[in-house]
Amino acid sequence: MLLDIENLTTIFRTRRGVVRAVDNVSISIKKGEFVSIVGESGCGKSTLAHSVMKLIDHPGEILGGKITFDGLDLLSLSDEEMRKIRGDKIGMVFQNPMTSLDPLEKVGDQISETIMEHMNVTKKEAWQMAREMLEKVGLQPERVDSYPHQLSGGQRQRVMIAMAISLNPKLLIADEPTTALDVIVQEKIMDFLEDMKREGRAVILITHDFALAAERSDRIAVMYAGWLVEMGDAEALTNDPLHPYTKGLIQSVPDVWMDKEIKPLPGFPPDLINPPEGCRFRPRCPNASEMCMREPPEVEVDGRVVKCWLYG
Amino acid sequence: MAEVRNLATTIFSFLPEAEGRYMVISGIAIITIVALMAVFSPFIAPYDPIKSGKDVLQPPSPEHIMGTDNLGRDIFSRIVFGSRVVLSVVLSASLVSTVIGVPIGLISGYFGGRLDRVLSMLMDSMYAFPGLILAIAIAAVLGPSVFNAVVAISVVYVPTYFRMIRGQTLSIKSQLFVEAAKATGASDWRIMRKYIFPNLIPTLVVVFSLSVADAILTEAGLSFLGFIVSAPTPDWGFELASGRPYLPAGYWWMITFPGLMVMLLSLGFALVGEGLSEIYAIGRER
Amino acid sequence: MLRVENLKKYFPVQKSALEVLLSRRRDFIRAVDGVSFEMKRGEVLSLVGESGCGKTTTGRIIVGLERPTGGKIYFKDREISSLSEEEQRKMKKYIQMVFQDPYASLNPRMKVGEHLVESLTIHGIAGNEEAKEIAMSMLDRVGLPGEQFYNRMPYQLSGGQRQRVAIARAMILKPEFVVADEPVSMIDVSLRAAILDLLMSFKEEYNLSMLFITHDLSVARIVGDRIAVMYLGKIMEMGKTREVIHNPKHPYTAALLSSVPSFLKKERRVEIIGDIANPIDIPSGCRYHPRCPFAREKCKKEEPELVCEEHSFACHFPLEGGF
Repeated sequence: MLLDIENLTTIFRTRRGVVRAVDNVSISIKKGEFVSIVGESGCGKSTLAHSVMKLIDHPGEILGGKITFDGLDLLSLSDEEMRKIRGDKIGMVFQNPMTSLDPLEKVGDQISETIMEHMNVTKKEAWQMAREMLEKVGLQPERVDSYPHQLSGGQRQRVMIAMAISLNPKLLIADEPTTALDVIVQEKIMDFLEDMKREGRAVILITHDFALAAERSDRIAVMYAGWLVEMGDAEALTNDPLHPYTKGLIQSVPDVWMDKEIKPLPGFPPDLINPPEGCRFRPRCPNASEMCMREPPEVEVDGRVVKCWLYG
Repeated sequence: MAEVRNLATTIFSFLPEAEGRYMVISGIAIITIVALMAVFSPFIAPYDPIKSGKDVLQPPSPEHIMGTDNLGRDIFSRIVFGSRVVLSVVLSASLVSTVIGVPIGLISGYFGGRLDRVLSMLMDSMYAFPGLILAIAIAAVLGPSVFNAVVAISVVYVPTYFRMIRGQTLSIKSQLFVEAAKATGASDWRIMRKYIFPNLIPTLVVVFSLSVADAILTEAGLSFLGFIVSAPTPDWGFELASGRPYLPAGYWWMITFPGLMVMLLSLGFALVGEGLSEIYAIGRER
Repeated sequence: MLRVENLKKYFPVQKSALEVLLSRRRDFIRAVDGVSFEMKRGEVLSLVGESGCGKTTTGRIIVGLERPTGGKIYFKDREISSLSEEEQRKMKKYIQMVFQDPYASLNPRMKVGEHLVESLTIHGIAGNEEAKEIAMSMLDRVGLPGEQFYNRMPYQLSGGQRQRVAIARAMILKPEFVVADEPVSMIDVSLRAAILDLLMSFKEEYNLSMLFITHDLSVARIVGDRIAVMYLGKIMEMGKTREVIHNPKHPYTAALLSSVPSFLKKERRVEIIGDIANPIDIPSGCRYHPRCPFAREKCKKEEPELVCEEHSFACHFPLEGGF
């Protein structure tokens, strides 16, 4: 296993109370695997990704669990050691490419600085590498001389990806990388992420778009209100979802090619400071019963993990 | 004004997060004390503020906690009664500036165009004058009286309200909810009244407190120069003037206490203004 | 019901002082560059395209938030784009808009219920007491019980609930035409279907026509009777929803369709080259030709016209064989 997340719990202490943003989640990822974490805003998918990078700031806190990456126990590493892992071994691409780039520096400078921080190369070599990286993500190498504002949103996001992969990381985490972009650009970026996977790297895609995850990933993990509610092979999971939330979500999203009946999911996602007792999906669940007043167990059904009493 | 505001922020800078809240609370405490002094002057002041006494130029003592002046009057009593003039002049002047500055700032910012350019130019040229000098000039033309001082001070602060309100109006009118109101069919007048003005109130409260803080200093300046009251009416700035000749001879208390009061009251309003702007997180655009 | 003829909107380009000194030419962003379509009563037309293609500007012009640079809009045979401000204000009783961002479209200092009462009083439909009653029942109708929600402030509501308020505000006037600008793109996925259901139920109830602006073809598929695909300010293809999706004629439509994520595996992929062109400097001939893998000499010189038929497209060499 390249990445092994075991019973991870990350909380945020707010004035109103404690939010268990990621609650006892376990996921592991192999080399060359493309895993999508799917869920709505506030379900904890982004917090999970940030926890792996140990980018949780006050008032957040990783409360418990274990993250093993390439044999290293990440949670026991010092800040300095972790800084080396970031970029070097794990690359991350964020949702908003506008704010993650320095507007006053040339694209080439920003990429080569990242390279020089982690590798023992001269400035000239770093610039050459920056050109190669841009070419690799489908931009003209001359773009090294551009400033961020001279690029479109899609181009900026590709610069971010070039930066994230410039150090040849084994794992790439993409947190909603295409949410702000148009489908055509999204397609190109997704193609590129798939290339990364074919090169033997592992890719984690965080997204709210179920169809996108279904189309691109080997495995899908569905999160709801801080819980991992279902995880398994992408095709099996989308064709035959087990958890009522997964079922409901798939049924509620329209598809461009399919004539299907769209059924809205009733209700709203819960307030995580005061989550419903027992199963967190219970108030919206069509199958809710007496049993669901207690927290459901995580069980394995046909190689799939489901957190639901229907299978418990 | 800048100095008082900086003082206000430095004093409370050691307080983390809740900074703004403590600033507002202490500011309100100061203002309340002075306001009580003004309202209940006859009950608080131990002596008649106008009647001369035999004990002239006495240093602070248990009988006269702030000492006596050159005519033997109790300085503490004069300060208590003086607060009435200060507060009434400053608050009424600020109300007048608000009533004039806010609507024209709102209209100017909302409609823009030529009207806005003319008004902005006019206001900017007024703003370019140092406040005290402008106030002196107006007061000098109108002649010394409480009413004229109110007019002079209010003219000085109209541009402050105008500029802040106009700027804030510009930013609010570009927001989507204003656009949505237009799409519903709301008239310009209605949009200004129900969509823009209510969202200006936080800014207005902040600007009001800060400009009152400044106006207190201006009032003291005018009073010092004799443009507001004449003897024997007590007013803080006026006390400073009458105490000044005695300072070189070592009678420090005649000007120290009125001076401290001017600063304290100004600080009170500055604390409220800065604290609130911290809380609203506005005023950072400045 | 609504007829748009050769609608144009050019925005002047902001230039730095130096550029103004050096050149006398004024550049314009041609956001909408000759758009024409017609809509019948009770019909939904989805206007799709990438960001910057002019779809939102088209919608804003129709509701009167923007004055067109050229062209005409007829609403029930009356030209409305050149009306006086006062007359346009009155037209808004019949033409309403739902905005994309529910977090910004409500007045932060106005109660939820007051937003609805506003709509009624602005157009003199009801007095205060009566308006409040109508607003209450409208809130019930959109799934936010009036008793509970009338007095709440917008910040106490979630995005989905706010969008319901925005829809109620538009629908309380019983409009005949509604422009819905990406009404679900900022809403949580699990709540989108319910919002779409709500919009469609009003469409049925009032038999209203709706211009549904979206970048998401899968949403366009379920809401629209017809689809119009825009690129760089012009309509490239327009027709019945199923026709356009399953049998696209324009290479751009096909490229868009083949990049939409789907639960079904793609059988055919149509390429698109490079990035979107600059709307200041629109390519000659067919504006899509620099990105079109099938472009020929003719496409560089001659601009194809949108032939107005059941299924119309602006392309010299339309595609054969569908998806």
